[in-house]
Amino acid sequence: MSTTIAITEYLAIALESERWECRVCGHDIASARDNYKTGLLVYDRDPREIHDPKLDERYEFTYAPDPTWCRIIEFYCPSCGTMVETEYLPPGHPLTHDIELDIDSLKARHLAGANAAAASGAAASRSREV
Amino acid sequence: MNVIADKSLVERFLEENILFLGPDPDIMNNHHLAAETSAEAAALAKFTGKDDLNLVRHKLQTACNESFDMVEQMGAAPGAKWGDLISGVWTASGDLALSSMGGVLLFSVLTQHPVKFILKYWANEPTVGIREGDIFMHNDARYGNIHNTDQSLVIPVFHEGRLICFTGAIVHEGENGAIEPGGMPSKAESPFDEGLKMSPIKVGENYTFRRDIMTFLQNSVREPKLQLEGMKSKLFAAMRMKTRVEEAIAEYGVDAVVAVLRKTLTDTAEEVRRRLRGWPDGKVRQNVFPDGTLRENCLVKICLEMEKRDDRLILDFRGSAPEFLNRANNTVLASAKGMLAQEFLTFVWPDLPRNQAVFEPMTVITDRRSSLNCSPEAPNAQSMMTFFPSFTAAQLAAPKFLYSAKERATDVIAGWYNMIVTFIYGGLNQYGELVGNVCADLNGMSGAARSNRDGEHSVAPIFAPMADIGEQELIEEEVPMMKIVPNRVMTDNSGFGKFRGGHGYQQIATMKDTSLWGFMCCSIGSKFPSSHGIFGGYGPGTYPLCKIKGVNVFEVMKDRRDLLRFSIEELMNDRPFEGATYTTHHMGLQLEFATPGELYMITQGAGGGYGDVLERDPELVAKDFRDGLISARTVTEIYHVVLDPKSKAVLAEDTDAARQAERARRKARGKPYHEFVKAWVTEKPPADLPFFGCWGDRSVIHRGTPDDTCPGEAIAPVMMPDPKDVEIAKLKARLAAVGAA
Ligand SMILES: [Zn+2]
Repeated sequence: MSTTIAITEYLAIALESERWECRVCGHDIASARDNYKTGLLVYDRDPREIHDPKLDERYEFTYAPDPTWCRIIEFYCPSCGTMVETEYLPPGHPLTHDIELDIDSLKARHLAGANAAAASGAAASRSREV
Repeated sequence: MNVIADKSLVERFLEENILFLGPDPDIMNNHHLAAETSAEAAALAKFTGKDDLNLVRHKLQTACNESFDMVEQMGAAPGAKWGDLISGVWTASGDLALSSMGGVLLFSVLTQHPVKFILKYWANEPTVGIREGDIFMHNDARYGNIHNTDQSLVIPVFHEGRLICFTGAIVHEGENGAIEPGGMPSKAESPFDEGLKMSPIKVGENYTFRRDIMTFLQNSVREPKLQLEGMKSKLFAAMRMKTRVEEAIAEYGVDAVVAVLRKTLTDTAEEVRRRLRGWPDGKVRQNVFPDGTLRENCLVKICLEMEKRDDRLILDFRGSAPEFLNRANNTVLASAKGMLAQEFLTFVWPDLPRNQAVFEPMTVITDRRSSLNCSPEAPNAQSMMTFFPSFTAAQLAAPKFLYSAKERATDVIAGWYNMIVTFIYGGLNQYGELVGNVCADLNGMSGAARSNRDGEHSVAPIFAPMADIGEQELIEEEVPMMKIVPNRVMTDNSGFGKFRGGHGYQQIATMKDTSLWGFMCCSIGSKFPSSHGIFGGYGPGTYPLCKIKGVNVFEVMKDRRDLLRFSIEELMNDRPFEGATYTTHHMGLQLEFATPGELYMITQGAGGGYGDVLERDPELVAKDFRDGLISARTVTEIYHVVLDPKSKAVLAEDTDAARQAERARRKARGKPYHEFVKAWVTEKPPADLPFFGCWGDRSVIHRGTPDDTCPGEAIAPVMMPDPKDVEIAKLKARLAAVGAA
């Protein structure tokens, strides 16, 4: 028996095995303690393919993002090809590790009978909290 | 001689001889509730009946809504008429305990600062004081609120000589005497270009405005009658609410009112904590890239790490772009918090009372002198250009917690469109009066897709769930602007996805019957989209400001109606008006005087999409196509749906095949993560990209070039060159090149 928690439209975490899974095809993506993106396929899309330039090329601004300023990074499930996530980034900008859940805390919350695991985790630096 | 005694003597002297009461960081940087006073504790001990508490709370809530309606009906400012305001009740300590259900909810978390300033500095100041009948006003964002186009007014409410609470309202009034008309000058290069800036000031006694101060304020703005009218409507609303408070005191006793105000705050905070406990613990991150300052295009990175820990939420914006000392796009930290609270008040927990305590369990971390925590020396009239993106970062991050949360009060939603695409205007109207203000079209932002349905077209602004875009015919009665195409939904202007965002409309504006009329625009997102989709959905595209000048369409179309086109694309691509100039620009337009019959054209942005486009119901795709919302290209190349060429009905088997083929293509073109990262990630921003903010390391802040950096701990503010100087230098270089050839 396994307990699986849906985290996004297309991603779930299998608690016992601590793995990210595809919710469409069940593909095993990555360790739940890692960035799920490491287990996906990645594609650098010219934004004009999605956001069609509606004005003639002679104009500087055309309704399409400037491809030298903005790229669309698409993340696909390697098994079923579902587009799990998109990111709009300047060329070369590091990809975002966007979901980093506390897996111990998640397990403590959802696994029946599990000891409320010490999900303490040192508090982040609060030097400039206001 | 005793050194320590000397020091304290100097300190004492300094304390007793304050030369200037600037914004107080202790007030401005603290969004938490004031400690419970002994009067509040005593009232809470005495007045405990839950039903009575609820009854009094609803009476006061109704009073807030009533006075909101009063200001909306009486106010002369376009902002007031279309709901850009709130009215509320503040505790005797200055916390906003209740406010109107409608209106601009971000005010809910940032109106307390001027009230707290009044309490701290004016209560015991012999030349000012707080007495029954006093009227206080304020509009300088450095002392609270959003920007100085908003004016707030509060009056103290006493009972048997004891201060019980404050009542009042805050309204987007518009004109404020800035370097440009209309109240939101994107041209401002210092706070002194931004017009009237009232620190909290007593403007009247005995519920009567002082005529000398009124005259001064009227002389400080371009619309003196509007200034008077706005002040009067806010005062009457505050007085009506005061009457309602007095009625509640008469009926239930003074302890009832004091207890209800306090308990509403503490209950709200406790409920937010309870709901946060149901979110998973951990961190989520979101970067957004505002693409300009309104004077020039550049990337102004806003990065958010949102950490949820037990019943706390920490929003860490360190690494975001530095402040721009000579641009108006900077945000005072308190204003940023207000806008962030908007996400929770509107999109996460719209069922909670509208008050300051919604933000109580939250913490915001920023770099000092960053664009989200600017210094008092930085102009802030267009703070929306950085705090709307900070809102969007929070809106895109929150679903990653909410999707698996124990309970939700709303459906999971993608990024709402987040820019105020409208015309600001200034000049002489058809009656010869000098006017300057903003059109309510800024309220026509498109809704984002949700986990179970499409977004609404041009429905409401991110900052006010209930607001109107105004009636064109009514607007034309007051100003000489005409919209040849007022609100026409644009094809393909959507964030595509399993559920799509709402489409934004186009506006084609011109003017006539005036000798002096200028337009301004203040939006970003012409090169890099300003909002995004979630969970595989695409975001909105980008939007130009288009102009057709050197033509009077009223003259050339007198006998040639066939020249008219109903979309910006057709006008700009067909170029029907011979001899006219056709140009595109980013959407930051400083006051530009037009001649009658010239066209200025803008497009409301789209809401972000939700989920994978290949999962969109083919029938919905076909419907959008038949409704003219999407083009044939979008049907086949984005959604991979096949329609019958004649009937435009879905061909299910062909669609399945087309979508399977696209899935296979994705798997073929996608690269494994590590391989992709190796080829993609660069150490620094591209050399030809003016980039501000961190790239990889959040503690290293770029200042416009790959190698000009400063530490996040010690930000060196940015000074931008005048765009005209940049243009002149380019032209000179071209001349020199020609001369040398
Ligand atoms: Zn899959």
